[in-house]
Amino acid sequence: MKGHIKRDDDFKKRRAHLAKLSDEELKQRFWELAEKTVEPLLELARTHTSPSIERSVLLRMGFSSLEAKPLVEGAIDRGLIGKGVGHVVYRVSKEKNIPLRQTGLEMIEGKHWDDAVTIFKGGNR
Amino acid sequence: MKKVDIDQKMDIRDILSNLEDYTPKRRGWTWRKKVDNLQVGPHTYTDCSEPLENSIGIPAAVRYFENLDPQPQETITTEIASGRFEDDIRRMRMAAWHGADHIMVIRTAGQSHYDGLIEGSPQGIGGIPVTRKQVRAQRKALDFIEEEVGRPINYHSYVSGVAGPDIAVMFAEEGVNGAHQDPQYNVLYRNINMIRSFVDAAESKKVMAWADMAQIDGAHNANATARDAWKVMPELMVQHGLNSIFSHKVGMKKEDICLSTVPPSAAPVPCTKYDLPYAVALRDIFSEYKMRAQQNTKYITSSSREATVTHVMNMMISKLTSADIQSTITPDEGRNVPWHMFNIEACDTAKQTLVGLDGLLNMVELKKDGYLPEKVRELKERAVLYLEELLEVGGYYEAVEKGFFVDSGMYPERNGDGIVRKIDGGIGAGTVFERDEDYMAPVTAHYGYNNIAQYGEAAVDNPSSLIDGCTLEKPEKIIFINELDENDNVSNRLEESEKYRNTNMVKPEVEWLADGTVQVEIFLPTSKRVAEFAAIEFAKKMNLVDPEVMHTEVLHPSEGTRVQVKGKVEFDLDISTLEIPPEPEVMSDEELWEEIERKPIKVVAATVGEDEHSVGLREVIDIKHGGIEKWGIEVEYLGTSCPIEKLVDAAIELNADAILASTIISHDDIHYKNMKKIHEYAIEKGVRDKIMIACGGTQVTPEIAVKQGIDAGFGKTSKGVHVATFLVNKRREMERNED
Repeated sequence: MKGHIKRDDDFKKRRAHLAKLSDEELKQRFWELAEKTVEPLLELARTHTSPSIERSVLLRMGFSSLEAKPLVEGAIDRGLIGKGVGHVVYRVSKEKNIPLRQTGLEMIEGKHWDDAVTIFKGGNR
Repeated sequence: MKKVDIDQKMDIRDILSNLEDYTPKRRGWTWRKKVDNLQVGPHTYTDCSEPLENSIGIPAAVRYFENLDPQPQETITTEIASGRFEDDIRRMRMAAWHGADHIMVIRTAGQSHYDGLIEGSPQGIGGIPVTRKQVRAQRKALDFIEEEVGRPINYHSYVSGVAGPDIAVMFAEEGVNGAHQDPQYNVLYRNINMIRSFVDAAESKKVMAWADMAQIDGAHNANATARDAWKVMPELMVQHGLNSIFSHKVGMKKEDICLSTVPPSAAPVPCTKYDLPYAVALRDIFSEYKMRAQQNTKYITSSSREATVTHVMNMMISKLTSADIQSTITPDEGRNVPWHMFNIEACDTAKQTLVGLDGLLNMVELKKDGYLPEKVRELKERAVLYLEELLEVGGYYEAVEKGFFVDSGMYPERNGDGIVRKIDGGIGAGTVFERDEDYMAPVTAHYGYNNIAQYGEAAVDNPSSLIDGCTLEKPEKIIFINELDENDNVSNRLEESEKYRNTNMVKPEVEWLADGTVQVEIFLPTSKRVAEFAAIEFAKKMNLVDPEVMHTEVLHPSEGTRVQVKGKVEFDLDISTLEIPPEPEVMSDEELWEEIERKPIKVVAATVGEDEHSVGLREVIDIKHGGIEKWGIEVEYLGTSCPIEKLVDAAIELNADAILASTIISHDDIHYKNMKKIHEYAIEKGVRDKIMIACGGTQVTPEIAVKQGIDAGFGKTSKGVHVATFLVNKRREMERNED
């Protein structure tokens, strides 16, 4: 891998283009660059999810940490995490007319997953 | 739970009872309320905040100023996590009384890598397992403690590791007020996959923002990790910048985003030359954000004195620039998990220093030309150059892969020894999934793409309305798990130490109830290595179990070594068996004035023996120090180094009622020997039954003094009022005997 570069301190040469900036302009440049750096990181976060995020959604929906974990694992195993695990429980609950919490608890026991896969057209395994 | 009684210990069992029903009384961070020109007695404070209702001032405040305890404007942090949260609660109460209003709980080793919430109340190592039960119990305890001291207390822990969003939600639900959150910390120091860290961080921060939590970043860790801490300054600014702007873009208010900043160096390097320009540069660039000033721990040792000096030096930087939160590192952090008293020492050090430097910037200002601004500019430029190159190589992830971070060179110098992490490596790699077009999460404070509209436009602005509110609106939906482990839990630990809880039995402790640990300070006239081994033997002979050397300092290679040893005592004490003399009685001004008016008292006073000390005795005598003249007692002061015979003879000649002798020098018990001589010489002269004799001094123990035959002894905390009360009482007793 490239990287691990060693380099003497060439600050004096490297700074030439910054020398003319006022303190305020320098500060502005710092923040412009910082913002530019985090933009792709924010976009990635906006469009992606993770087991921890999905567990945190289930916690907010009224499931315990012990319940959230197998629900997320069940969704990953069936290629449904891209739908949102809370979404899967919510939709099954709606479609089958079972209270939300009861739906989740039954899914932990292995029920309703086939229906979930059907509802979401097989997901993206 | 009943209201807190100052004279009662906190009932841990009471706190733990009905926890499943407890909801925090508020959420969000609270800053201290600054008071402009706070007037306390004759003093005006420029940089202080609203006083507390109950507190304990620094030792000088207690001794000389009737507990004058002004509170600095800065929030003061203390970090408490001994491994047993139930014992930490007691320490939190003590710390709050000494001015801490930001209590930070360190997590147990390994929690970062635990994929989910830990539940129950297991014991921790180097911290505590942060669980819902533990958080709820501590927040509940703090809800009472803050009422006792009269100031909101901010409770804080960590939202990091692979379960960041889980923990953020639990913290928001439980009323936690602040947290560390910085994905860079996960990446660099916990080797958690960088994609996972940043994706999770956005969700965590969104939840924290909803709960109005203050966020502290993790950049200071680069300082502790770098080979030469002061060379990492440009990178520190970059790390602070990335986390700050990332957080803000997710939705946090800038005023809730705090930089964890550490003066990078410490003596013996000329640290102010590094630390001050850095502090100024940081505050220039981050003028819209808050500063949490941490103490330098990179160069901490086992010397608690040295750590305290570093703390004070660091607070000078805080005062010369600014700090919104002033952290305290305990002075024993360099040798063990902090002990009770060192948390308190650190809080006192912060208070003492910040109050002592009150108004500093009204009197001095930082130079606007020369070395300081030149260095400030250079640091900013180096940080900008860092970001430029980071973007040139392709962005943050690529820069981490190329070892940009924690390189020991002062950027743009590079030594090729930075921390390298792979974009597809680390814990949790491959666990980030793309959201489908119909991705949906029916909850509040969810970051990013969320297709709520597929279930109707009505819910778009309030996703949790789909499920009739989530736990953030309806805390009754939270599922509380009590315990999962029938052995490793707080109930069992409480049982083990039950003998010492709310009983007459006591044992010394430093962190856990009845842990038995004590520290012994030993000087040995030997070389260091000999002293270390000899000290252990002395400790064993003192009946200390498992003695360990915790600190040594060579005073001279052959003349001697200082050793601090810790060990455990295996015995305890029933305090009901103690014979404790009553506290000295104090009469009111009115009673004393009336009694002296009725019948005057004349006193002859001197410092006896070959002793030139006069301050203590003058304070007991002089009216301006609250001495006995205040109530009209007539004093003939004979000065210092007064022979015993001269003192007694003068008392006879002046027909005095009492002799007051000051005996400071205690070498070879000379102070007690002199007391005995005064008593015996008075007998010899035939006046002992007519003249009251009182002796005092800093090394005087009243009970031992009386055993020399005199009427009263006064130690270092005695004041004029104690002496005056004694004189009046003793005379009444003598008058009764005459009748």
